[in-house]
Amino acid sequence: MATATPPAPVSDVPVDLRRAMLRQMLLIRRFEEKAAEAYALGKIGGFCHLYIGQEAVAVGVSAALRDDDYVIASYREHGHALARGVAPNAVMAELFGKATGCSGGKGGSMHIFDRDRGFMGGHGIVGGHLPLAAGIGFAIRYRGGDQVCACFFGDAAVNIGAFHEALNMSSVYRTPVIYVCENNKYGMGTAFERVAAVTDVAEHACSYDMAAELVNGMDVLEVYGAAQRAVARARRHGHPTLLEVRTYRFMGHSMSDPTHGVYRTKEEVEEEKRRDPIVRLASQLQAEGALDQAAYDTLDAEVLAEAEAAVHFAEESPDPGPEQLTAHVLAE
Amino acid sequence: MPTLTYRDALNQALREEMQRDSDVFLMGEEVGVYQGAYKVSRGLLEEFGPTRIVDTPIAELGFAGIGVGAAMAGLRPVIEFMTWNFAVLALDQIVNAAAKMLYMSGGQFRMPMVFRGPNGAALQLAAQHSQAWESWLAHIPGLKVVAPATPADAKGLLKSAIRDDNPVIVLEGEMLYNLKGEVPDGEHLVPIGQAEVRRPGADVTLICHSKTVAVALKAADQLAEQGVGAEVLDLRSLRPMDESAILASVVKTNRCVVVEEGLPFCGIGAQVVDIVQRDAFDHLDAPVQRVTQADVPMPYNKQLERAAKASPEKVVAAARRVLYLD
Repeated sequence: MATATPPAPVSDVPVDLRRAMLRQMLLIRRFEEKAAEAYALGKIGGFCHLYIGQEAVAVGVSAALRDDDYVIASYREHGHALARGVAPNAVMAELFGKATGCSGGKGGSMHIFDRDRGFMGGHGIVGGHLPLAAGIGFAIRYRGGDQVCACFFGDAAVNIGAFHEALNMSSVYRTPVIYVCENNKYGMGTAFERVAAVTDVAEHACSYDMAAELVNGMDVLEVYGAAQRAVARARRHGHPTLLEVRTYRFMGHSMSDPTHGVYRTKEEVEEEKRRDPIVRLASQLQAEGALDQAAYDTLDAEVLAEAEAAVHFAEESPDPGPEQLTAHVLAE
Repeated sequence: MPTLTYRDALNQALREEMQRDSDVFLMGEEVGVYQGAYKVSRGLLEEFGPTRIVDTPIAELGFAGIGVGAAMAGLRPVIEFMTWNFAVLALDQIVNAAAKMLYMSGGQFRMPMVFRGPNGAALQLAAQHSQAWESWLAHIPGLKVVAPATPADAKGLLKSAIRDDNPVIVLEGEMLYNLKGEVPDGEHLVPIGQAEVRRPGADVTLICHSKTVAVALKAADQLAEQGVGAEVLDLRSLRPMDESAILASVVKTNRCVVVEEGLPFCGIGAQVVDIVQRDAFDHLDAPVQRVTQADVPMPYNKQLERAAKASPEKVVAAARRVLYLD
């Protein structure tokens, strides 16, 4: 366990919950590392966008949700699915395109769906799923429910019309949606500040009479706190919130892209890695005496075994049968 | 049987389905307080209230997406576009989201929703407001596309569309809204995917849909005066397309003209021709002819617009060509 990151201040979040968050972040990290290996071996095809570095965002927000709430995300969504409790086996099998995948092998890395977990997908068009989140919130309000919908998207989505249309209508119709902008500074290889006139995403909330918070996305407890406040606003009053969560992806945009190069320096990536959210939480628990090295190692070994088991499960699973080519084009 | 306008038949379908199922709601520009840009939703706000008759900002992509999200969460949205010209802004939601959700989720998320509104040219609205989009929409697996030509079909197809568990595109006609016809009261459902013979004939088949049904019927009148019996087949549904009805008619007449409002290149008629040449090749006595909009953006000028549109005269000329009468 590295100790370069300074420990966070003492937290009033229960130790058990913090340990659970640490476990989830570690699971996502190990899962994504295994996915990268499988991709390099040609076992995963297409585009594969890893979540390494951003784990605190999905885990912190998900910890504030109930089982009957909804989550919808972009195409960098393996971590959100895992944080939501979708089985690692089903997610990995989906990346492998297998029949046992959570979308039957027909969605792939960018289209993870799990209806039973309220996981409303991985969506591949930047910003296209924000209106869907507004629609899920609309349905909750239509039925008089008190669920909420958490919608995750990247900074690049802020520049597309769908973001503005969704936020406006969410506010007008008072839909219980938490819009979580994971600002990792780059839309693929283009720095956000080069293409956005307003670089503080949270400021956009003013245009839509919406509450907003700027959050340190490398601290899962800060994310959790902001998410709790947003969820309360949504659940009690039906008000949407825009969270701008500043984070950083430690890998390239997708598995086809370099980690650094023309658009960001190796030094920048190395500097950001010193803010690793997993190390931050582990150090804090250690400083409190709530986690020792042996316990951390045990936890890490457990989640690594889970990720490896998921790869094994995916490898052993059958491909979808030929009848699946034409199944589910239309509902019967 | 009561006589209703096409507009009121659509209104009746919406009202009946909203009374029947509380999950059905209508969303779009001007549908509520203004009573509908074309008054299709007249009286519905008063009856169902603002939760179910939802006025939107001018944001087609956004409210189409709200419909998709609401359908994912189990509602049955009816999304009205003021015209399909504006729905182009929402194509991402229609094509990338609604049409593909069931498939890419491995069968988990059905899309029981309707996208509807007027399609095709009215009068002198120029290039951006005079477009027929059916070939774009019918191209996409996962969508159903219907285009009613009569008030009875407008009611029966819209009711079937609302009850369907798939995203259904309902293409109405701005020039059809005032058309009157007999409409059955109450439970009147027209199955999606069934064509209808509007006029029987033995010499040539005129295949049409939506507004071009009236064009083909006028052409059939003129042809009758010339001693030619034209059969008018109204497709009603464009996807799925009633292939057996097309083939049955062509096998009988051995000659075929396809009429549509849309553009020629990759048009609906091209699909019909593909069906006919593949499965009725040996029955054809002449190559199939097509009548479409001229392959140009719609001009504003009245004479130029008339020249650009499908007309009974063009259909008669095409029919005479397949009959080798000229």
